[in-house]
Amino acid sequence: MNLWLTMIAIGLATFAIRLSFIYLFGKVEMPDLVKKALRYVPPAVLSAIVFPELLLPGGHFDLSFGNGRLIAGVLAAAVAWRTKSVVLTIVTGMAVLYILMALGL
Amino acid sequence: MSAPRRELISGFKAELPLLIGVIPFGMIYGVLALAAGMPAGAAQAMSTIVFAGSSQFISTQLYGIAAPGLVIFITAVVVNLRHALYSASVAPYLKCLNSRWKWLLAYLLTDEAYAVAITHYQQTEDNLDCDRPDARHWFFLGAGLALWATWQLSTAVGIFLGAQVPASWSLDFTLALTFIAIIVPGLRDRPSLAAALVAGVTAVLFFALPYKLGLIIASLVGVSVGLWIEAKA
Repeated sequence: MNLWLTMIAIGLATFAIRLSFIYLFGKVEMPDLVKKALRYVPPAVLSAIVFPELLLPGGHFDLSFGNGRLIAGVLAAAVAWRTKSVVLTIVTGMAVLYILMALGL
Repeated sequence: MSAPRRELISGFKAELPLLIGVIPFGMIYGVLALAAGMPAGAAQAMSTIVFAGSSQFISTQLYGIAAPGLVIFITAVVVNLRHALYSASVAPYLKCLNSRWKWLLAYLLTDEAYAVAITHYQQTEDNLDCDRPDARHWFFLGAGLALWATWQLSTAVGIFLGAQVPASWSLDFTLALTFIAIIVPGLRDRPSLAAALVAGVTAVLFFALPYKLGLIIASLVGVSVGLWIEAKA
């Protein structure tokens, strides 16, 4: 039961977050600090998810050429920077990871 | 073809390239949810009720280590907070719509639907005049529905396949790659770059904290550093 309650609470909160500015547009002026802070939420949150995925594969810190996910992630980031293409980024990352795995890294 | 219908189909088509990252991601979510001990019905329902992949992933992991509901809730909300930015960004284009449309499009406002919809709004005529209504919200709806249907289906496939998707395929890595694709192109100013780097390093340093609390700390530190660098400049 606790699982369902948690899930519904997350669902309602997520919907409220998504509706927030759409609903309030023209009704309430948002404080400047909130608007500014929101700009940095996506890079901060998503990096906080991605960095451990790359640097701590399997939960152990690994900053070496033996870390396939780190190499694949860095190359994928370079492709994302150059092309802005989601497809190319994912394809590059997975291809590099599979090649490194096939090479036994 | 009528304008709404044309927009709906264009939106649907524009969303298709993004689905190649979403399909494995949804499947892995389904697989992981079951592996974490979640009942199949609840795992599928979460894709409809929450409909936000990254927070579903993390909620599943936290559920698997028996984290308290409140911790799962707070973490999921922090992860989904970035949708407020998307909400603010599309708000001017939706101001003329009735509440039903606003609620519906808010429900469909994911990373991937937002990315496609905002590009369409910005690249087409700059019309924000309520006396001259246009049909571009149908494009948004088309993109949102394409993603929604794909997410539900890929979740179901993941639940159905369960343990038959071997961990050695590393499909969970598509999550990190999708996020890289979303954030990296936007890191062209110093405050954003600093926010991303500092949050990432902080997340690694605090990784050992229980219940992924390091994620929340890292997010707060990253946002603060972004604001600080911006204020200094």
